[in-house]
Amino acid sequence: MKKKKQQNRHVYWNPYFGGFLLGLLIILTFYLTGRGLGASGALKSGVVTIVDTVAPTHAENNAYYSKFIKEGESPMNNWLVFEAIGVLFGAFLSGAFTGRIKLRVQHSPKITSKRRLIFALIGGILFGVGAQIARGCTSGAALSGMAVLATGGFITMLAIFGTGYLVAYFFRKNWI
Amino acid sequence: MGPLIPNGIISSDWNYIIAILIGFAFGYILEASGFSSSRKLAGVFYGYDFAVLKVFFTSAVVAVIGLYYMDYLNWIDISQLYVHPTYVWAAIIGGMIMGVGFLAGGFCPGTSLCAVAIGKIDGMVFTLGLMIGIFIFSEFFNSLEPLFERSNLGHITLVDSLNISPYWIIFIFTIIALVAFYFSDWVRSKVKKVFY
Repeated sequence: MKKKKQQNRHVYWNPYFGGFLLGLLIILTFYLTGRGLGASGALKSGVVTIVDTVAPTHAENNAYYSKFIKEGESPMNNWLVFEAIGVLFGAFLSGAFTGRIKLRVQHSPKITSKRRLIFALIGGILFGVGAQIARGCTSGAALSGMAVLATGGFITMLAIFGTGYLVAYFFRKNWI
Repeated sequence: MGPLIPNGIISSDWNYIIAILIGFAFGYILEASGFSSSRKLAGVFYGYDFAVLKVFFTSAVVAVIGLYYMDYLNWIDISQLYVHPTYVWAAIIGGMIMGVGFLAGGFCPGTSLCAVAIGKIDGMVFTLGLMIGIFIFSEFFNSLEPLFERSNLGHITLVDSLNISPYWIIFIFTIIALVAFYFSDWVRSKVKKVFY
């Protein structure tokens, strides 16, 4: 049993320990910068940069992209982009220490890799649209919002989790 | 008094360096807590793994108690902190779409970045999907703008919405979290184990 546990690469931190550290990190982030954490904002900067490079006139004429384009400054020159680069390094290091780095598709044995990837793409698209409508994702809107008691953060959190439980039945084959 | 960078106590030249360091810690904590695994994340919706609920609510409770305590000690001015604006319908509809996206894709943006970092191809495809989703939203922004701008209540908190003391709200929120932790352990003991 002990040996088995040592070989198991899916042994993670105690969730309360991880949550406690994450809470301290949120406090530190607000204390230093006055704002919370985020994730989807960096990807938005990426999309704005790509569209602005490929079709600059189109980007300037679009009411949404143009909010994030400033003359003489790249949209990538953004706090959340640097934060996201840090996330990639931090996650990589944690994975490296525990031997979890491997190129693979993770899926339930009941479904194929192809099905997993198709659903991952659909899920990503939906999450991308939803995060723009709500002005932030689970990190930026829900978690950082709740840390300062923002009403919108609580509403977004309840909507994400509530809907998740409502639709979980239809996606059960993918997970259990 | 904090926040340090907006008040000029730390020069804003440090902003991006701090961003990378904070991101580094964020990514490390998420990955070490198992959030690079979609099957672990999805467990919260099927009762076989409540790590999402525990990490998420523990961090929210710790953060809100800590920030209000620092405000009480005059270490930070809570009124200077950025409060996510409340657009009621955008928050509900956007959150619902994210909920479906989460069950289909098994990640959210922060966790998918962690999955990308450790080589999960499903995480990479999800991240590509996120960018496509953001692109679709932007291209259809004119039709979505009424929903996006509707029912703006500004930068309000539960203190404004419920009109009770923040300390009571934090106390009640903490109790709810503790009950949820206890309840989740009970559910997990009843549900068939899933190995992943």
